[in-house]
Amino acid sequence: MMQQWARPIAGVRWIDRNAVVDVVGEVDMANSMDFQQGLLAVLDERPGRMIVNLSRVRHMDSTGLASLVKLLKKARKYGTDLILVGLTDRVRSLFEITRLYPVFTIFATEQEAMT
Amino acid sequence: MNVPPIHPVRMSVFAEPACLPIVRSAVEKLCELANMPADGTGDVAVAVDEAVGNIIRHAYADTPGGTINISLAIRQVCGQPRLVIRLRDFGRGGDPKRFRSRDLSRVRPGGLGMHIMHQCMDSVRYQKARGAGTVLVMTRCLNGVTR
Repeated sequence: MMQQWARPIAGVRWIDRNAVVDVVGEVDMANSMDFQQGLLAVLDERPGRMIVNLSRVRHMDSTGLASLVKLLKKARKYGTDLILVGLTDRVRSLFEITRLYPVFTIFATEQEAMT
Repeated sequence: MNVPPIHPVRMSVFAEPACLPIVRSAVEKLCELANMPADGTGDVAVAVDEAVGNIIRHAYADTPGGTINISLAIRQVCGQPRLVIRLRDFGRGGDPKRFRSRDLSRVRPGGLGMHIMHQCMDSVRYQKARGAGTVLVMTRCLNGVTR
């Protein structure tokens, strides 16, 4: 049976032992708890590498960032590589102004993150 | 910069997370009508998002039923067209002098809203409202770069 994911997580693809999480739409206070729980649930599956694809995220606020910071901290504890890919201009700007851009591993595309 | 005449917008929303996409849409549409560049529109949308989120969390302590009155207007200030956003809540008011950004050198979740608002807008000013609540006024030059 296909796993149903609460928005804004559209789905999770497993490629070998790596998980690719597709995020869509807008991440804000209204859905950031679903976002966070969905991400942490994937991490608990202990992927070798966890890639969060943000290329279809139109908008994100500080609650979305907080979810990603929590995810990063737990990923480090697990020894899992967490990679963010496909940041839109608006999301990239948010990472830059909060000085979180250098804290995360960020690639332009999934292909780059997989190599 | 050519800014077409735009009527001010006033709206009243419930202080609940479900209102965020509606408020954002109104702000983004106004920015679009005012010919604001896309990066500026994104900045304003995220600043308003943070401001409304702070009201929900702090002024109304996540209790549903509170109200936020919002006005959006384009005004000429010192010969420059500016977007002026005013948010008025009726909740628990704190001391505006204590509304500050946190130290960003420590990477931890949360506490970024004030910093984002200050980075995305040209001015962010809180004042105690008459009676209960707080007034927040934020401005952003329509054709300038704030950072």
